[in-house]
Amino acid sequence: MNSLIEINNLSTYFESGAGTVKAVDDISFRIREGETVCIVGESGCGKSITAMSIMGLVDEPHGKVVGGQIRFGDKDLLKISKEEMRRIRGNDISIIFQEPMSSLNPVITIGRQIMEPLMLHQKLNKKQAYARALELIELVGISRAEQIAASYPHQLSGGMLQRIMIAIAISCGPKLLIADEPTTALDVTIQAQVLETLRQSKEQSNMSIMLITHDLGVVAEMADYVIVMYAGKIVEEGDVEELFERPKHPYTRGLLKSKPIIGQRAEQLYSIPGQVPSPLELTESCYFHDRCESCIPICRIRQPKLSEVAAGHLAACWLYEEEAEA
Amino acid sequence: MSIPTTAGRPEKAIRALDVSDSLWRQSIRQLRKNKLAVAGFAFIAFMFLICFIGPLFSPYADGKINPANMHQPPSAKHWLGTDLLGRDVLTRLLQAGRISLTVGLASMALSMTIGTVLGIVSGYYRGVVDQIIMRVADLLFTIPGLPILFIMGALMSDWKIPTDYRLYLVMLMLSIIGWPGVARLVRSQMLTLREREYMQAADVLGLSDKRKLFRHLLPNVFPLLIVIATLSIGGAILSESALSFFGLGVMPPTPTWGNMIDAANNVIDFEKRPWLWIPPGLAIFLTVIAINIFGDGLRDVLDPKQNTSR
Amino acid sequence: MSEALLEVRRLKKYFPINAGLLNRTVGYVKAVDDISFTIQPGETFGLVGESGSGKSTVGRTILRLHEKTSGDVLFKGIPFHGLPKTEVRKLRPKMQLIFQDPYSSLNPRIRIGDAIGESLLEHGLAEKDELRDVVLDVLEACGLSSYHYSRFPHEFSGGQRQRLGIARALVLNPDFIIADEPVSALDVSIQAQIINLFQKLQHTRGLTYLFISHDLSVVEHLCNRIGVMYLGSMMEMASRDELFSRPLHPYTKALLSAIPVPVPRLKRERIVLKGDIPSPANPPSGCKFHTRCPLATAQCKELVPEFRLVGDDHYVACHLV
Repeated sequence: MNSLIEINNLSTYFESGAGTVKAVDDISFRIREGETVCIVGESGCGKSITAMSIMGLVDEPHGKVVGGQIRFGDKDLLKISKEEMRRIRGNDISIIFQEPMSSLNPVITIGRQIMEPLMLHQKLNKKQAYARALELIELVGISRAEQIAASYPHQLSGGMLQRIMIAIAISCGPKLLIADEPTTALDVTIQAQVLETLRQSKEQSNMSIMLITHDLGVVAEMADYVIVMYAGKIVEEGDVEELFERPKHPYTRGLLKSKPIIGQRAEQLYSIPGQVPSPLELTESCYFHDRCESCIPICRIRQPKLSEVAAGHLAACWLYEEEAEA
Repeated sequence: MSIPTTAGRPEKAIRALDVSDSLWRQSIRQLRKNKLAVAGFAFIAFMFLICFIGPLFSPYADGKINPANMHQPPSAKHWLGTDLLGRDVLTRLLQAGRISLTVGLASMALSMTIGTVLGIVSGYYRGVVDQIIMRVADLLFTIPGLPILFIMGALMSDWKIPTDYRLYLVMLMLSIIGWPGVARLVRSQMLTLREREYMQAADVLGLSDKRKLFRHLLPNVFPLLIVIATLSIGGAILSESALSFFGLGVMPPTPTWGNMIDAANNVIDFEKRPWLWIPPGLAIFLTVIAINIFGDGLRDVLDPKQNTSR
Repeated sequence: MSEALLEVRRLKKYFPINAGLLNRTVGYVKAVDDISFTIQPGETFGLVGESGSGKSTVGRTILRLHEKTSGDVLFKGIPFHGLPKTEVRKLRPKMQLIFQDPYSSLNPRIRIGDAIGESLLEHGLAEKDELRDVVLDVLEACGLSSYHYSRFPHEFSGGQRQRLGIARALVLNPDFIIADEPVSALDVSIQAQIINLFQKLQHTRGLTYLFISHDLSVVEHLCNRIGVMYLGSMMEMASRDELFSRPLHPYTKALLSAIPVPVPRLKRERIVLKGDIPSPANPPSGCKFHTRCPLATAQCKELVPEFRLVGDDHYVACHLV
């Protein structure tokens, strides 16, 4: 498979009153055509900022992409003009957020909001756009399309709105859909519906999905490839089965063990001690060393590099580095 | 964009950890970064200082009438010239400032007190008390402020109230106009705070009303109060000036910035003797602007809406 | 059977919907609609449901943060809802609540030591000079240190704040704690820490919990008995093992199958429910679940199913069981 987008050495920093926060720190990965890549991590690990950086939506002047390259087709998204970026955002890459309510205009009907990008980017006329809007609403599994098209956002539930957001996002046939915690605000039964919708729309159009989530259950269900982030860095990545069955990085292992699973109840739950370090107090050490059970002396001194630990499986951990023994 | 060197960072972070700052101290630190607000504060402080201390050093502080010396333009002897009765304008300006600032402060304090107490009672206990207080406030809101002030001012003149008392009555009038706004803001703040989970926690912990009010609610209303208080001083100074300008507020010989501008009432003074009305006009303008800028700065650091993320 | 610590009998809480110029009551949100259950001392009772199920309202109504519409709540046999305000205050230390949002549940302007200690002073449970020691003990029990005593809430992370919330409840030495989604706002690695803390405290202090959550996997881990709520009504109630090995209500089954399992490429029978959760202001007739139930019959649309005993301490409200 060809890669659709390649992120090389991306760094996004934020200036806060107390210093520079390296929200995304030198990360590289790629997404292939038709692939679902999940970025998983806890709050503050930089997973959403990665998405924002790709979309050119980093909030300046507080934050800034300070380095790297985002190759999409023959372009570097960090180098192109604002106008060009805007076109790509409409046509080739689209994004959905956690809170659908805040992404929709409360005083415009749902139908109109689906039609607008179609008229703008696909140059459809009003009639065609309306017909396409109804198709899209049905495509995301909502019946009574005409009635829904005529209603306003506040008349619909969160799960419905999220599906409408998906409809808008896929309306122009994007090559990449970025979904930033799309089901976090939803109930489980509704989450199941939305994930189902995402999977179906992907199958129909062969688009790629970059799914950002903190829920390992959602990852297992959706992903082809998984990237685990911690404190702005990628600590492990690999194919979903490989990663879940043979996790290498102690952080990934800890995350997998600390989630209670139905039918596998243990008397005591494993928990990773301590907490995520403050982004202002990071040093040259491995960022995870003070929470790590397998910490060895070098972990406190130098940061491990992301390197291959098995075929198609990368981890950034000294336990798998030959140098560590030296 | 400048990125601090890594060597500089740990030290900074450690310092941030060692100091346990209250939200108050954080706010003050933030406020000091706002240059404009600091300048505003400096000007207000300067105004207070020279108005209250300045006249002590003036040889003309007794305000004696000296017809021989009338309408002198600014000179080395009289920096801002003299008025119709030969009094030194600069000295009168400072003395007027004393009155205007006092009226502003006192009517602010009074309307804040009334407004806060009534707002808290309304917002905390709700029910019938709330209804009564808020309907009275609504009533005062429906009548435009300035006309009421004029009517009250005219009544004072009609009843021949001695000038000494008029000063206090003006303060009282201004607070009657001012409190409903304060009460409403405080009440709405109380209503939001009541719904906060930490207030529910206080209920579950079985804390007394007294503690809930004074330890939990008031400290959270306080920042808002400071902002309204600051901004309302400016408003009070303006209203008092308007009233005095029309001869309905504080009457001469007691000087206020408002009744000094009254000189611009007459064409000759307006055209030929600008030293009579420009200084008090400027004094009002600059003081009110300084207060508003400072108040805006305060609002930026203290506004509860900006603190919700904490 | 020993005496129940808490007995909830046919509890109802309706919130009026006011509308129009005269603010007249035009209807009710039946947030809690005829719920009964008991909790034995030392047990953890789990209340699960999706948004709008009324599970949080149950907790808050038990504690009289809302006044009930009807029904009874007996705490150690005492009718808590019939007591005058002063008596309620005296009982407060024995029943505590832990909140979901670790950010809004702590007053930003009060130092931690004061926030935790103040209730002791109020109830006369500690003298001023011993207060600090008592508070420090509790902080330590919750995994915090004396170093945190005079700090402000904004200096803490989400997980630490949740520990503070627990410490604040614990300092009063309660017998019964209602935990309202205490881990759902936290990151996975922190969630596990807090869950373990709950278990540890239960062992060391003999606490009884009412644990409210939307997450069945957390509930399975922590609770002995579980009730499943939907739109204000209890759908199914059973012991943990019974409920997870033999779920009877179609809603419970759907809920169980909707939870994503962290095992990739797992092929399983998934019940994806159609449609949305109806509004509790306008719940469906008959069985409230019939609009989404894959097995609904004509009878379900008309007749409210009885909440009845079907097995060993296993209750269910469904016509088809």
